[in-house]
Amino acid sequence: MAAEPTPTPRSYASIPAEDPGGFAGQLLAFGEELREEGMALGTSELLDAFAALEHVAWNEQPQFREAMAATLAKSPEDRRVFELVFERFFFRAAEAQAARHEISEAPGGTAGASDEMALDLEALRRQIAQALKDGDEATLRDLARLAIAAFGRGEGSGVLGVDVQRIRRALGLRTEPQPDLPPDDPRREGVPREQLRRFEQQLRRELERGVIQRTRSLPPKRPLSELDRALPTGPAQDLAQVHRVVAQLKRRLASQGHEQRGRKRHAHVDVRRTMRASLQSGGVPIELRFRPQRPRRPEIFVLCDVSTSVTSASTFFLSVLHALHDSFRKLRSFVFIERISEVTEVFEKERDFRTASEKISQDAGVADISGYTDYGRVWTEFLTEIEDELHPRATVIVLGDARTNGRPPREEVFAAICQKAGRTFWLNPEPRLYWNYGDSVISAYAQYCTAFECWRTDQLEDFVKALTQPTVT
Amino acid sequence: MNDTRPEPQSVDDVAAGLRGVGYLPGSSTALVSYLAAKLGKPVLVEGPAGVGKTELAKALAAYLDRDLVRLQCYEGLDEAKALYEWNYRKQLLRIQAGTSSGGEADWGEVQDDIFGEEFLLARPLMTAIASERPVVLLIDEIDKTDQEFEAMLLELLSDFQISIPELGRIEARSRPVVLLTSNNTRELTEALKRRCLYLWLDYPEHDQELEIVRLHTPELDERIAHRLVEIIEQVRELDLKKPPSIAESIDWARALLLLGAREIDAEVFRETMSVIVKHRSDLDTVAARVGAKLAEPAADAA
Repeated sequence: MAAEPTPTPRSYASIPAEDPGGFAGQLLAFGEELREEGMALGTSELLDAFAALEHVAWNEQPQFREAMAATLAKSPEDRRVFELVFERFFFRAAEAQAARHEISEAPGGTAGASDEMALDLEALRRQIAQALKDGDEATLRDLARLAIAAFGRGEGSGVLGVDVQRIRRALGLRTEPQPDLPPDDPRREGVPREQLRRFEQQLRRELERGVIQRTRSLPPKRPLSELDRALPTGPAQDLAQVHRVVAQLKRRLASQGHEQRGRKRHAHVDVRRTMRASLQSGGVPIELRFRPQRPRRPEIFVLCDVSTSVTSASTFFLSVLHALHDSFRKLRSFVFIERISEVTEVFEKERDFRTASEKISQDAGVADISGYTDYGRVWTEFLTEIEDELHPRATVIVLGDARTNGRPPREEVFAAICQKAGRTFWLNPEPRLYWNYGDSVISAYAQYCTAFECWRTDQLEDFVKALTQPTVT
Repeated sequence: MNDTRPEPQSVDDVAAGLRGVGYLPGSSTALVSYLAAKLGKPVLVEGPAGVGKTELAKALAAYLDRDLVRLQCYEGLDEAKALYEWNYRKQLLRIQAGTSSGGEADWGEVQDDIFGEEFLLARPLMTAIASERPVVLLIDEIDKTDQEFEAMLLELLSDFQISIPELGRIEARSRPVVLLTSNNTRELTEALKRRCLYLWLDYPEHDQELEIVRLHTPELDERIAHRLVEIIEQVRELDLKKPPSIAESIDWARALLLLGAREIDAEVFRETMSVIVKHRSDLDTVAARVGAKLAEPAADAA
């Protein structure tokens, strides 16, 4: 999963003269592309895919796609990557093939249709809205072409996204209801969001196809943006999604301890249970029973940045905090911006996350005037308040971006904290790429603690694993 | 392998067959089931609780006319309970019988004897592969077990054989269709996933769920069924501890039928909400976010 997709130059590539190795070669190339996007794909999986294709009608796209997905993509996350890569790969492959054989969608046909349709653009608008409601994929594709012919007007702006939105506006398609339209108009109730998204996708593909035909070259292969897989931290994304992730994490946390409680060979023999088990064999202790290994239940102090530079991430942070509260018995949490404030009680009293976060923003009183994070001051305050309670078995977790806004980082105070506590972790919501750029001073702190980048769910999970590792004694 | 029952010939066969036994498969479900039967590979089925993962195994068993052997996983499940176990008591009895019935029995003979199949207690996995007729093997909630257990399954899943130190290798007499289900509470090992086909079951689309509800409660008014599915979808959108599953939609439909409700209005919803929502805090959320939007019963307005 760690492999970073290699950046592709953003220029159009000319079409390769031949396709590599026919059908099997194409499939292998597809597998290769999945690997590039970070899916762990073994040879055995590819063999399975080939075996599966012997049994399904692979000239039908849905069956082909499902068979490939069932054999290659083995988790919901992989499935998402699979879908994206599948679209990208086979669209490009088909287009390259078409261009090679000089097959083009007869421009006469569509142009002729557009002349007729031009007379009745309003009818076309309605037709499209109706098709969107009915959700017929094939009709949608045809209509997308008509729409481009009718509203696309020539070469377009050169940026596909702009053209797509222009056409959508010209069609008067919106997700919200439009009460001023006549009652029989299918657009009146608003178009389902999901449908609209699919239609836009169709438009984009058709436009792209046009470009490929005109320029006889393939558009650059867009690597999947990391955002496609990122933690749902963006303020635009809804809280419910954050919760699904956290709920999942919570369940995993709950089972984590059990999983690692497995009987190890070095564990102590549990005499009582061994005796009991021996009754079965007439008092001879054939089977030894061992004491289960207890998972580490650390005493945890969490410090969470809630300033504006991490607004989007702090919602997520707070819910992680919340999840942690359920999973560890001794946990004290603090939020900070310029000052620090303990919020343990809020979380203990409030089981509902929404209310808890509201309470924190109301009562915590962590911002002074500027609202910029002052790490130096936070460390000092934390140290004076908690110093006596820190001990070698305590774990301190800091959630923040380590952006000091030019204020002194005071890493020596932080070092003192790390020294007093047994372990210190830093979770940074920024990708490692941005660390130490601008006013980020993460390296000053990272020398005293273990820093994790934490903006994808798998990273968060890695962290939780490190946190709950059984004690090595 | 002397099985004469017809094998499914196409994906549509499987889809129709599953429908025939009262399970409405999505397109990928039918396809993966078909592949599982054809390729003889186990299927790992994942998805939220209550979307019909276990039902799928039952339906497949009914459709293929095979016995269903089920292994319910739980924490601490070990080979003795999943694979096989020596029947200590019977072995002891055999030894005692040998010594008491006159003279010294030949120790070598006894030893060979007590490690024979007669003294083997077959547990579900063993039963599944030792069966003469092919079966459907359901390993339910595999994510509840520990990784050691998963590792033990590998031999069974890839080669359909079990090694017993005293007896040697026991190979499958028939190829079972194997389904493993998981609620995704922990990441399963790569090795296990590698050996399986993967099927992700999610909450069904509107139409499919409507069909399922109608299938189970055909007497329910279609308009109400439609409304019911809409409301369930709204409830699932909310951030709940336990979103309602398909099983709960069906229960609710049955409850409405029993009560003879003719409309899902605010009052009916208040009274029957507990069928679909099972957490104290969830009840409040649902009442505030969904229940409040429903129309008050006509009688109150009059």
